[in-house]
Amino acid sequence: MPDFIQPWLFLLPIIIKVVVVFAVVMGLVAYASLAERKVSAFIQDRVGPNRVGLPLTLLGFKKDLAIGGLFQPLADGLKFLLKEDLTPGHVKPFYYWLAPALTVVPALLTIAAVPFGSTLFGYKMVVADINVGFLFVFAIASVGVYGIVMAGWSSNSKYSFLGGVRSSAQMISYELSMGLSLVPLLLVMGELNLGKIVEYQAWHGWTLLPFTDLRIQWSPHWEISGLNWREILLWIPMLISFVIFTTAVFAETNRAPFDLPESETELVGGYHTEYSSMKFACFFMGEYAAMITGCALITTLFLGGWHLPIPIIHDGAFSLQTRTGDHGTLWGILNILTFLGKVIFLVIFFMFVRWTLPRFRYDQLMRLGWVWFFEIALANIVLVAVLLAFFPK
Amino acid sequence: MAITVPRPDLSAAEKTYLPALWEGLKVTARHFKNNLFGKGKVTMEYPEERWDSHLPEYYRGVPALVTDEHGKDRCVSCQLCEFICPPRAITITPGEIPPGDTFAKTEKRPQEFKIDMIRCIYCGMCEEVCPEQAIFLQKDYLVVGTRREDMVHDKQKLYEIGGLKTGLVNKWDEKK
Repeated sequence: MPDFIQPWLFLLPIIIKVVVVFAVVMGLVAYASLAERKVSAFIQDRVGPNRVGLPLTLLGFKKDLAIGGLFQPLADGLKFLLKEDLTPGHVKPFYYWLAPALTVVPALLTIAAVPFGSTLFGYKMVVADINVGFLFVFAIASVGVYGIVMAGWSSNSKYSFLGGVRSSAQMISYELSMGLSLVPLLLVMGELNLGKIVEYQAWHGWTLLPFTDLRIQWSPHWEISGLNWREILLWIPMLISFVIFTTAVFAETNRAPFDLPESETELVGGYHTEYSSMKFACFFMGEYAAMITGCALITTLFLGGWHLPIPIIHDGAFSLQTRTGDHGTLWGILNILTFLGKVIFLVIFFMFVRWTLPRFRYDQLMRLGWVWFFEIALANIVLVAVLLAFFPK
Repeated sequence: MAITVPRPDLSAAEKTYLPALWEGLKVTARHFKNNLFGKGKVTMEYPEERWDSHLPEYYRGVPALVTDEHGKDRCVSCQLCEFICPPRAITITPGEIPPGDTFAKTEKRPQEFKIDMIRCIYCGMCEEVCPEQAIFLQKDYLVVGTRREDMVHDKQKLYEIGGLKTGLVNKWDEKK
């Protein structure tokens, strides 16, 4: 190996991680759109897309490969690529072109700081293991609003404009309670690095389920560890944080029941009314990528990230134990799959909520954000601070 | 006079929207589960499953001309259907039956009979008005073509669809 490559070798695992994470997230985005259509169909007693297979007959095979519409995202992607890319005459072209990119990029960037696995072959399974990961995520996620505002303004149409204004007002309002709802977590863990937050949960129990490090011993003597008064009392503010944060993620990602920016009955398409073809697809991908990132964040902060408690009975004791990549490559892979499973579960929950709840009215949305969540989040911080004063580590 | 609809008083729990969310999720989850296991599906997946066996007696499909058991084409080209047809889909070119023919008594048969299936509205007026029981609305509903000309059914096609129909009333017969 030539010498000049040696100092750059450290880049190799990072590049591999970036490519793999990007590919997986884009795959998830594509199949989340299919899942959404399928889930909504099942909820509404319909069939949903079930046609698109691989057109093998075009390549000379006897039969097409039809597997229940699983190739629908491919067909959608192809359609978006081949559609006419129309730029209306009344728009500001520069910002009009910039907006879709500004929507999709932050949504994908945020995932960089999220740890998606413990370790594999000694490498940490996170693209950017930064100490301010927490702040990075919030900073980048809020940049996403610029894309929407720009789309709304540059489109020079009243529907887009109203959609953009609504969206920016909504995102800024909910960013506040989103950030504040997580301060209790920081108070308890004292850590801004998302990887370390997950590790803390792996060894001390998940934020939402503090008994995931339970240990019950019956011989030679009774002893229960892993769940003490401190954790039980802190559970209450953590639940409040979870509800506020999850709702704020709904609002941040413009998902139903907070999808006012693109409420199609009032605003045609909202901020992307004037967009077509791949530029529309960018908004679409941005929305789904933001949802996946949001779910990944909820998983990381509240549901123990990659951690899967392994029940083990040994030496007269039942315990839920932690296995990371250090215990073997298979455990490392299991951790990654656990993380993916949790994210997919949350994504499907998001879809269920979308097809369950009617849209909020705008004043209800603002009241919920400013009057309820903001105040409750503030009170929650005080509550945790008081609890921590009585039960220090 | 304005009517004031009283707003329901919500309890503190209801105001958090969470019980409503839970109840709603139960309903959607039930539907999701049923459909996942193939129950509760109401869609008929068209090209594979068809209406054919479910069509009612009175179903109005494509109009077509029929031949009777004597091998006679029933139409005598009186053009009543052409005149009654609301969208003017029917065009008939009448033709003489030469003397000496078996059916010379009916004097005329269509030389050409065209129904433009793009215009046809399947109303059944032609069947209703026909004095000779010559045109019937069939149960076929699949009319496809890649060109406009394909969508015009000519005489040959119409007899092909209609086929043989027995038990029709012959005006010169005693019974029926």
